[in-house]
Amino acid sequence: MSSSLIDIRGVRHAYQTATGPLPVLDGLDVAVPEGGFVAVVGPSGCGKSTLTRLVAGLMKPDEGEVWLHGSRVTSPRSTVGMAFQNPVLLEWRSILKNVLLPLEIVPSKLSKADGEARARHLLKLVGLEGFEDKRPSELSGGMRQRASLCRALIHQPEVLILDEPFGALDAFTREDLWQIMHALKAEEPFTGVLITHDLRESIFLADQVIVLSGRPARTQFVLDVGFDGPRKIDHLYTPEAAEMLNTLRHQIEIAQGRAPEADDAA
Amino acid sequence: MLRKIVVPIIACIVFLGFWELLVWANDWPNYVMASPSDLPASYIRFWDLFLVMGWQTLWRTVLGLMLAIVVGVAIGMIMGFSRTMRDALYPLLVGFNAIPKATVVPIVALMFVGAHDFNTVLIAFMISFFPIAVSVSIGLSTLEPEYRDILRSLGASQATIFWKIALPKTLPEFFGALKVAVTLAFIGTNLMEIVSPHGRGLGALFDSGKTNSDYPLMFAVLIALAFLGIVLYYVVVVLEKIFAGWAERQPT
Repeated sequence: MSSSLIDIRGVRHAYQTATGPLPVLDGLDVAVPEGGFVAVVGPSGCGKSTLTRLVAGLMKPDEGEVWLHGSRVTSPRSTVGMAFQNPVLLEWRSILKNVLLPLEIVPSKLSKADGEARARHLLKLVGLEGFEDKRPSELSGGMRQRASLCRALIHQPEVLILDEPFGALDAFTREDLWQIMHALKAEEPFTGVLITHDLRESIFLADQVIVLSGRPARTQFVLDVGFDGPRKIDHLYTPEAAEMLNTLRHQIEIAQGRAPEADDAA
Repeated sequence: MLRKIVVPIIACIVFLGFWELLVWANDWPNYVMASPSDLPASYIRFWDLFLVMGWQTLWRTVLGLMLAIVVGVAIGMIMGFSRTMRDALYPLLVGFNAIPKATVVPIVALMFVGAHDFNTVLIAFMISFFPIAVSVSIGLSTLEPEYRDILRSLGASQATIFWKIALPKTLPEFFGALKVAVTLAFIGTNLMEIVSPHGRGLGALFDSGKTNSDYPLMFAVLIALAFLGIVLYYVVVVLEKIFAGWAERQPT
C-alpha cells in the first residue's frame, strides 16, 4: 500500500453495447498523493468520465482496483464530492439550500447551524455573498458553477472530483473560476481529480497532468507541473508553461493517433 | 391583478352576448338552442336541485380525480424507474386510453348495477389517470443522470433520490397533466350520470331536462358544469403555484 490517497491500479473496463463490448479503459494506473491535484486529459470519448465514476464508486471496474485512503472502493462513499460540466442545481431550492444538500444525506459532524455557517463561508469564498437566497435560475452560468463547487465541498470530502466543470463557460469566466479553485484549495484540504479538455487549465490547476491514450485508455504520459501553491494567470505566459503546453499537445496528438508513437522519447 | 380578473370576465360577457345575438339573429326557438337570457329562470326555478346535484357531481369528480392521482402517480413511478415495465405497460395504457369511455359506461353500469356512486367515481378515475401516469413517467425517466449521481455518490438510497430530486423535479409536469385530468374527470362523471338510470348529479339533471323537453334547463346544466370545471381548474392552478411555483419564470 503506497501513501497515495487515490490509487487506481490496472483498471480495465468495457461497456456492454448492442454491438458487443466496448472497452474504454485498458490498464489504467493513477496515483494521487493526499492533498494533491491531478488533471486528466485525453482525446474525446477516451473514458475520462468513466474514471470519475470509478473513483466515486458509482460503478465497479471489470478488472483492477480502485483504492481510496487505504480502503478499496466498491460502492459510493460520502468522502467524495463531485461537480460536473452541468452544475445540476435544484431549481426549487435557494442557492444556500442547494449547497446544504449533501449535509442532508451524509452523516455529518456539523450541527445545522455550523453547516449553514460553513455554506455561507464557502459561498463568500467563491464570491457569491449576497446570493444565498436567490434561485439558481436567477444566476449566470459561472455563478451556478461556483455554487456547485461549494456544494461539492460542503461535507468536507477527502476527494473532489471535477468532471469538466468549466467546459461550458466563456474564457474570462473560466479564468475567474481557476483562481477561485486556488482560493478554495488554499483553505480546504481536499485531494483533487480534474477531468478537462483544456491544457492551460490542466497546468494552471494541477500538480500533475495525466495524458490518457485514445480508447481504450491507458496512462500514456505523466507530466509534473512543478509549480507549487497558488498561481497567477501570468504563470501561463512563461516559457516553462509554453514548453509544458507543447509537450502535452504533442502527447494528445499521439493519443489521437495523429503523431507517430516513436516521437514519444523526444 | 385587476387585469387577471377583469379581462376574463369581459371575455365571458362578450361570449354570452355573442351567443344571445346568434340565437336572436337566427330567431331560433328554445328547442333548437336556448339563449343566455332564458337561463336565469331555470336557475331560479331549480336552484335547490342545482345545489344538491352540483355537489354530487363535484365530490364524485374530486374523488375520481384523487384516485387518478394516486394510481396515475404509482403507474408513472413504475414506468419511470423501470425500462422493462415501461415497455410492458405503454401499449396497454395507450390501448386502454384509446377505448372511448362512453362505450365503457354501459359495461360498468351493468357490472356494478345500482352502485351509482361507485360507478361514477370509477369512470371519472378511468378517464383521467392516463395523462398523469404518462407525465410522471416521462418526468422521472428524463431526469438527467448527473442529478442522480450527485446524490448517489454520497451514498443516498433510491428512496432519498426520489424524495429529494425526482419528485420535486417532476412536479411541473405533474401539474400540467392534472390540469388536463381535471376537465377529463368532469366528462367521466357526467357520462355516467347521464347514462345510468335514476342517476344523481348534474348529468341526471341534464337528462331530466331532456326527458321533460326543458331545453333552457339543459343549457343551464352545461353552464353549471363549465363553472365547476373552471373552479376546480383554478384550484389546481393555486396548488401548482404553491408547490411548483419555482418552475415559473418571472416575466421580464
